Amino acid sequence: MNRYPLWKYLIVLAAVLIGVLYTLPNLYGESPAVQIAGAKTAVKVDQNTLARAEQALDQGGLRPTAGSFEMNGPVGTVRLRFDSTDTQLKAKDQLEKALNPDPQNPDYTIALNLMTASPNWLTDLGAHPMYLGLDLRGGVHFLLQVDMQGALTSRYDSMAGEARTTLRDAKLKAEDVERNQQSVRATFATEADRDAAVDTLRRAMPEMVFTTGRSGDQWLVDGKLSPAAITQVQDNALKQNIQTLHNRINELGVAEPVIQQQGGDRIVVQLPGVQDVAKAKDILGRTATLEIHMVDDSPTATAALASGRVPFGLVRYTDRDGRPLLLRRQVILTGENLQDAQPGRDHQTQQPTVNLTLDSKGARIFRDVTRDNIGKRMAIVLFENGKGEVVTAPVIRSEIPGGQVQISGSMTAQEAADVALLLRAGALAAPMHIIEERTIGPSLGAANIKQGFDSTLYGFTAIAIFIILYYHLFGLFSTLGLSFNVLLLLAVLSMLQATLTLPGIAAIALTLGMAIDANVLINERIREELRAGLPPQQAIHLGFDRAWATIFDSNLTSLIVGVALLTFGTGPVRGFAVVHCIGILTSMFSSVVGVRALANLWYGRKRKLKTISIGQIWKPKQD
Amino acid sequence: MEFFRIHRTIPFMRHALILNIISLLTFLAAVFFIATRGFHLSIEFTGGTVMEVHYEQSAPVAEIRTAIDALGYSDFQVQNFGTSQDVMIRLPVRPNEDTATQSRTVLSALQAQRADVQLRRVEFVGPQVGQELLHNGLMALLFVVVGIMVYLAVRFEWKLAASCALANLHDVVIILGFFAFFQWEFSLSVLAGVLAVLGYSVNESVVVMDRIRENFRKQRKASVREIINASITQNISRTVITHASTQMMVLSMFFFGGPTLHNFSLALTIGIWFGIYSSVFVAAALAMWMGIKREDLVKPVKKDGPEVELG
Repeated sequence: MNRYPLWKYLIVLAAVLIGVLYTLPNLYGESPAVQIAGAKTAVKVDQNTLARAEQALDQGGLRPTAGSFEMNGPVGTVRLRFDSTDTQLKAKDQLEKALNPDPQNPDYTIALNLMTASPNWLTDLGAHPMYLGLDLRGGVHFLLQVDMQGALTSRYDSMAGEARTTLRDAKLKAEDVERNQQSVRATFATEADRDAAVDTLRRAMPEMVFTTGRSGDQWLVDGKLSPAAITQVQDNALKQNIQTLHNRINELGVAEPVIQQQGGDRIVVQLPGVQDVAKAKDILGRTATLEIHMVDDSPTATAALASGRVPFGLVRYTDRDGRPLLLRRQVILTGENLQDAQPGRDHQTQQPTVNLTLDSKGARIFRDVTRDNIGKRMAIVLFENGKGEVVTAPVIRSEIPGGQVQISGSMTAQEAADVALLLRAGALAAPMHIIEERTIGPSLGAANIKQGFDSTLYGFTAIAIFIILYYHLFGLFSTLGLSFNVLLLLAVLSMLQATLTLPGIAAIALTLGMAIDANVLINERIREELRAGLPPQQAIHLGFDRAWATIFDSNLTSLIVGVALLTFGTGPVRGFAVVHCIGILTSMFSSVVGVRALANLWYGRKRKLKTISIGQIWKPKQD
Repeated sequence: MEFFRIHRTIPFMRHALILNIISLLTFLAAVFFIATRGFHLSIEFTGGTVMEVHYEQSAPVAEIRTAIDALGYSDFQVQNFGTSQDVMIRLPVRPNEDTATQSRTVLSALQAQRADVQLRRVEFVGPQVGQELLHNGLMALLFVVVGIMVYLAVRFEWKLAASCALANLHDVVIILGFFAFFQWEFSLSVLAGVLAVLGYSVNESVVVMDRIRENFRKQRKASVREIINASITQNISRTVITHASTQMMVLSMFFFGGPTLHNFSLALTIGIWFGIYSSVFVAAALAMWMGIKREDLVKPVKKDGPEVELG
């Protein structure tokens, strides 16, 4: 009656093995590593970078114990692990020399870092250690609020310009077309003008919803972005801001930064290990700038360029391939006027293009400049870290009205996408401000880990001693069941790559404190059945069976709480809730299946079982 | 070892009325303190800045106050925590101030005063985030109470569900009452603790209810009061052992877990004790007052198969 079929034992055994396997990486700790990331948006870090780095190290006689490449969103990172800090430092120097030939203008940021020290075979199995939250490892946490109204306002600015151009092209007379708070308002003298205009506008600008109205003797058209278009504007603004943040944080050389969207208009930035909050804030708040200049290709300028002189009124820049160019000092447009940049294809030639959208002011200036400079080149310069680089320098073929600029030329589709990304990522799409900030010093982080770990350990030990004294062998089974529970919990958390925080550790401790309930219920039931005079085998069987319904009910109510915390909680509460929920599930499995397996294994085969070791059974005297 | 050598059923319900009146009074006192004193909410809810600084030698609290006063703050707190070298500073949100630079300004003022000061932790929360957290916290509480009631109503029956929910709400309000009375800091982790207690104490009530239902099935002749008494008596050993174990873990967190877990474990401790009390005396007694009957819990057993039962 108390025997498990073989497959049940095998399941428990498999769970133990998987538990051990996935918990292991957490025990190895960390070893010194070097991290390579792109210093500029134009530099790509990929699998080849890893190969290059390994080759460079090989030449210097250094051998990393492991190397990995990882994509974090659109940004790649290469990490190389070493067996000692000594080789780590040497490797860093070696890599600096090999990858950044020009130290003044580095292509890559090479930073010292820590990496999990678990052996490669574990990593190959997908067993990674848990990610430690900032409260355990120290670092900075920011919550940034993106000003969506700002993003929409500038969008409406450009829509007003577009509407103006559309009406002019259609030769329709409008008295005025302006942005009116969060809408575009066009004013007409007659009703006929207005009705003609509405039709044209509706056809030309499908993303807008136009309504007509009247104010005094003026006939009005009000255009608002459709809800779908608004969502898209907001999505793009958020994505672009995240992209920009990625690029900037890469400059800091932070290991494993977290940059995530939270809700519709917020961004969480977590920088583990960063202590210099002032610098971090500075970098997050900085705006990379974009400028458009005219290129001077006149014979005198070309001659000057060849001789290395820079004539008055010109500036020397290099493009992405390192070719020098002379640009006029005068700035035609800045990134503020650029609203969007997307890769695309030319309708006729099918060549890859980059399509820019300028705001109304930018569109006007751009039209005038292109009309006056047909056949000449203009350069788009991106300033990062205060250094400018020409992203692209196309020839002006014709006058470009309307603020829709198409850059075409000898580009591959990939290059077009890169340039579009670069131009988009250069600046923030919408202003942001910090609404939450948390800084935890590294010593505090270490203290938190120790305190969390210690309190769990001491509590666990106290429970184990108490339960074994009280229930003897069954107490030992329960203790083993609890350990099995911890193992499974840690393994599942590691598999999910959950972030462990101090409240998470508290949840582990509390889960253990509560998981013992299932064991006590079972043990008390068995005692009760024995007290009632049942033979031991039957008492064990009934004890487990009858306790199950109660265990299920009581755990389910705890699970309801866990889910509520998970749904409504943020920050520390969420960290608590994740562990709490998983802990309830693992504790049910370990106490009902795991402990049962132990009891069955020990007592199941003994046919003539007289007594079982579950502590003293005291029977009230029969009246 | 066995703690409980119970000869016969303990008449728990004998004093139910008196204990329920005491419960009601405690509950009302808790509501009174919550209403009059309010909570000492952490900055997570109110918005503001908390800084933890560490000094090499013992911290000059009075001087720190003067320094921050000089920066023009009126409503701030400076207090030691943990050791005499560690100081916690709370600053309110000031309108028209760049909050990003607030902590930097304060730190440089402290550094000018004593060079051995070291920043250990900064936490800044904007007022709007605080509002949301409070809202989410209340939503979570509502979700938990409704979710548990629905579950219990399906699993048991509405009288037990209602009395469980009331008993547990009573626990939560009393914990909150403690926090209001002693003005302990109410932070997000305390909220998590309070909600965990809610689950935990429902857990406790469910175990008792389960037993009541089982005994209704087994002892057909006993009165409702006798069955409740018997159920609690049969469970008392398990109740004490389980809670003693949980309490050991919580005490361990209380003593070794550091300041973050301090109030969390405090909330849990109060919750555990009132959880025991309420599931024994409040939940069961309420169900009794509501007139729970055998028929409420023991559904007539339906036979499987297509046969029609003849009544």
